[in-house]
Amino acid sequence: MKNGKLRNLFWKRFRQNRLAVAGGIIVVGLFLIAVLAPFLSPYSPNDIDRKHILEPPSLAHPFGTDDLGRDILSRMIYGSGISLSVGFVAVGIATAIGMVLGAVSGYYGGWPDRIIMRFIDIMLSIPTFFLILAVIAFVDPGIWSIGGLPVWLKKILQRIPFIDPSIMNIMVVIGLTSWMGVARLVRAEFLSLKEREYVLAAKALGASDLRIIFRHIMINSLAPVLVSAILGIAGAVLVESALSFLGIGVQPPAPSWGNILELGKNNIEIAWWLSVFPGLAILITVLGYNLLGEGIRDSIDPRLWETERH
Amino acid sequence: MVLYLAKRLLEMIPTLLGITLISFFIIHLAPGKPTDILTELNPKITPEARERLEKIYGLDKPVIVQYGLWLKRIVRLDFGESFSTDRRPVMEKIWDRKQPLLDRRLFITFMLNLLSMVIIFLVAIPIGITSATHQNTLYDRITTTGVFIGFAMPSFWLALLLMMLFGVYLDLLPISGLKSMNYDSLSVAGRIWDRLSHLILPVFVSSFGGLAGLSRYMRSNMLEVIRQDYVTVARAKGLPENEVIYRHAFRNALLPIITLLGLSVPGLIGGSVIFENIFGIPGMGQLFYMSVMTRDYTMIMGILTIGAILTLLGNLLADLGYMLADPRIRTK
Amino acid sequence: MSSFGKMPSFSLPFTMGKYRTVFFLALFLIIALSPSCKDRPKAVNSTGLENSTGEPAYGDSLIEGTIGEPSILIPMLAGDSASHSVAGLIFNGLVKYDTDLSVIGDLAESWDISPDGLVITFHLRKGVKWADGVEFTADDVMFGYKTIIDEKTPTAYSEDFRQVKKAEVLDRHTFRVTYEKPFAPALTSWGNLAILPGHLLEGKDITKSDLGRNPVGMGPYRLRKWAAGQELVLDSYHDYFEGRPYIDHYIYRVIPDSATMFLELQAGGIDMMGLTPIQYTKQTNTVFFRKNFQKFRYPTFAYTHMAFNLRHPFFKDKRVRQAIGYAIDKSEIVDVVLFGLGTPATGPYVPNTWPYNPDVKKYEYNPEKAKQLLKEAGWEDTDGDGILDKDGNPFKFTILTNMGNTLRKNTATIIQWRLEKIGIKVDIRALEWSAFINNFIDKKRFEAVLLGWSIGLDPDQYDIWHSSKTKEKEFNFISYSNPEVDELLEKGRRTFDIEERKKAYFRIQEILADELPYIFLYVPDATPIVHARFKGIKPSPIGISYNLPKWYVPEKLQRHRMEP
Repeated sequence: MKNGKLRNLFWKRFRQNRLAVAGGIIVVGLFLIAVLAPFLSPYSPNDIDRKHILEPPSLAHPFGTDDLGRDILSRMIYGSGISLSVGFVAVGIATAIGMVLGAVSGYYGGWPDRIIMRFIDIMLSIPTFFLILAVIAFVDPGIWSIGGLPVWLKKILQRIPFIDPSIMNIMVVIGLTSWMGVARLVRAEFLSLKEREYVLAAKALGASDLRIIFRHIMINSLAPVLVSAILGIAGAVLVESALSFLGIGVQPPAPSWGNILELGKNNIEIAWWLSVFPGLAILITVLGYNLLGEGIRDSIDPRLWETERH
Repeated sequence: MVLYLAKRLLEMIPTLLGITLISFFIIHLAPGKPTDILTELNPKITPEARERLEKIYGLDKPVIVQYGLWLKRIVRLDFGESFSTDRRPVMEKIWDRKQPLLDRRLFITFMLNLLSMVIIFLVAIPIGITSATHQNTLYDRITTTGVFIGFAMPSFWLALLLMMLFGVYLDLLPISGLKSMNYDSLSVAGRIWDRLSHLILPVFVSSFGGLAGLSRYMRSNMLEVIRQDYVTVARAKGLPENEVIYRHAFRNALLPIITLLGLSVPGLIGGSVIFENIFGIPGMGQLFYMSVMTRDYTMIMGILTIGAILTLLGNLLADLGYMLADPRIRTK
Repeated sequence: MSSFGKMPSFSLPFTMGKYRTVFFLALFLIIALSPSCKDRPKAVNSTGLENSTGEPAYGDSLIEGTIGEPSILIPMLAGDSASHSVAGLIFNGLVKYDTDLSVIGDLAESWDISPDGLVITFHLRKGVKWADGVEFTADDVMFGYKTIIDEKTPTAYSEDFRQVKKAEVLDRHTFRVTYEKPFAPALTSWGNLAILPGHLLEGKDITKSDLGRNPVGMGPYRLRKWAAGQELVLDSYHDYFEGRPYIDHYIYRVIPDSATMFLELQAGGIDMMGLTPIQYTKQTNTVFFRKNFQKFRYPTFAYTHMAFNLRHPFFKDKRVRQAIGYAIDKSEIVDVVLFGLGTPATGPYVPNTWPYNPDVKKYEYNPEKAKQLLKEAGWEDTDGDGILDKDGNPFKFTILTNMGNTLRKNTATIIQWRLEKIGIKVDIRALEWSAFINNFIDKKRFEAVLLGWSIGLDPDQYDIWHSSKTKEKEFNFISYSNPEVDELLEKGRRTFDIEERKKAYFRIQEILADELPYIFLYVPDATPIVHARFKGIKPSPIGISYNLPKWYVPEKLQRHRMEP
């Protein structure tokens, strides 16, 4: 089968899967909301209004107001940008690390493999949330403004409203603690693919290791990695909102769905709207990414990939 | 089999060491010294007073030495003393021998998680099986949707919603702690119900996510197993459907589940931080959260290590369970 | 696959095999032990609860809710207010404050001060017994003093006692201290030293002593039980030297969450707690609350402020600081953050106390004036980006504050928003407490901070304002230096004449209001709530809990009876 036909087959299967399509719509929709935030939100997310403190939903404030009189709908719209940024960057970091370690481990085997696998085991043995909490609470966000992230990434991030060193901190920490699954995945792919004929052929022809890894094997592992990344974004959004909920994630006044929920918990008796809407948003977001990821995974059934790129 | 066990235990040791190294590394990422909490912004404290405090806590020695000393004590489960002002031994705060068993933090978290796992097991498996056997019916669709929502549902949101519904609006269930104020004056039946009612919401919230995951996994496993040849053979033999499903299909599909349960331990333990916090349950998760907030050095290392040990134990038990359930492995 | 159509329908998952028993057992348990909502204690809803004063009677229990658990019950070793709250019921000092802020005797019946103010001789009460029956003597005071100044004691409160040149036990009931130089806060500092039982601690390491969890004191209450993480139970001491406390039991219940605590209050699980501004204003006005609870409100001895790093080029100019003062609407902060439960602050003292100077320069909200002052100082928006700039530098700075404090977080947010309106861009960073202190405050690596000070009842604030206290880890971390203020601070602490002291402190406040090294924001009100059945509560400037042993519940209204 040619590549073009493969792609068509993929889309056909994808389109038939209604849940997956729904997921895709949600994901795209969220992206648009995040990007178009300044145009979509009725108020500035920061406007303090001493006359409208903790008001229930009304025409003027469809999602109600918070304890400083700020409009919740506007804050949630901007919050989507933050949650998604955290998701993307964190997963980006995790995937990068995972791919590198998985490739090394799967390709070279032997001691590097043993060490890396042992390292993965250790990381997996510590309850992840504990680890993240501990690291975030201890690491001074100041670190990231000096070193940490690559310059181009920082430039992009600085364009996004509300992003600041503490948020970058969260991104990096989540990324540093969620690469294990990707690593294992990539390693498995490498293990199975490295004995294939085309790899042996490339080797015989004298191709360097790096070339083999990237040009030949890695490309074929991209699909499962993509699925894992998408699902990973859902997970990262959950973790970020959990952290913000506990007060350790995105710090106010930056709006995050998680920290609006925290406010909801503290005012559970008098402000139900603070608890309901942000949680719903998180649910829909995670659901969307999960459906999309699963949908893609189902549509890229391994049987389709019997003929691989050489 | 014993050999296998021994081998696994031995393998755990370097992992354990690695865990302690990582915990130690993390703690030292922090700027500042742990004694800072004691010397709050109080005009009565001079720099000399602070230095004195630091000496007392032995923070002036080089890092490697600190790690070595700490490791020696860890082996005896002596995690040192909590850096919070009550200065009780870390181990005591987690597992206080002077307290009744029911009140010890580690026990509480352990039991809660155990209960959650039991519930997950008992509920997810039937759901998984029946969805598999009724594939594509309305029931299956509903449960699948439920599962997806369960995956995506932030547990703390669920907790909040339930708290609002049952605690605030309907006033049916208690929403904090493990027992009521007047526990001691209740009858035996009253006490049982009191404890149960306090557990209902937390355990439900804790198991919800795992339920979704496991039932789905069970379903896909069953589906795969049902397609296998031996099931067709069993049916062809004329066995009643019940037996086909339970004797043959189910037990084979069950095997990976056991491993999965073992693997869900770290998730449960980690999750306990959140819901113990929300429901005010005095367990290890709540203690961890508080020690993170107060930079309680030794406490954090202690709980992190214990959590990791529990996870490793969970995996070990899962492996054991797997061995017992799968006759093929036993006879190796 | 078509064989599925023939299967009997498994309607209930639980009807299958082994699960059936489990299911029914669970069902049985749930039904059999169904709750009657009556099992949970509901607050007594009787009319006239708040009207009948009734006669003082012994009995009942007072349950107070707290967010933080006490850490250790030896006051000199504890840094948290929860520990001090409970320890305050168990231990006594030599003196204490009366409701008019004058000093009255506690364990000391009377005292003589030498004419030069350098020697205080305390005459201690006789016949006071420790909880284990041993008599209290001056040796115990000596022991407490020696312990607190001991190098090995990890205490934060030794400073006042190091001013003592010599301490002597003259006889069993007389204790004398001699000071190096006149020290105005001397007398009151002896109220802060909780006297410890020398006979139990002599020769032992105080930090390893059991006394931290099982204290032996001579105060109105003694600790019966401490369930870690849950509650502390104290019983009244019938032979307390001021008379047996009316309320038999005091229970300090730990509930780490304010919202949960509030629910417990309504359910009758606790009788007393500190309300948040929202709870006080929005949630306690129903008929239910008015019938069953009494709310109190009084200013606390603390104030919140924003402090400038005076070495930062932006803030060196007084006009800039004053401009920021005009740009902030303090009444807005008090209204929004505190729901009106507080007062704007004009200086480092609490209104209506004797050191407070009501006539200092005030900064009413005036953004125009703020912009004008800034312009005078050279700040204008030359590039049209909405942010003021000068010499190419935009006016941006970061306010640091500590994590976990909602009131401060909201205050900083409001300040950020107001300053944005006059063209100043503010970032807010909330830091974990010890990182905050260690890396930023101590090393003076900050631009502005939002913090609070709790003010002692003695007005001496030498450590905060004196220009010599600017070394690392000292409290004049903003590097404030004013020779006149320095002089006045010396004067204030070295004289015992209240009028002289008042003059000095009044002048200090004038200077501070003009120079504005801090923006003094507000003095919050304390807002405790207590169940209506407790009588005898007399609100005063020092709060309500000072006379807790004198609170009582009339016989008819008593609720909790705990078996001894």
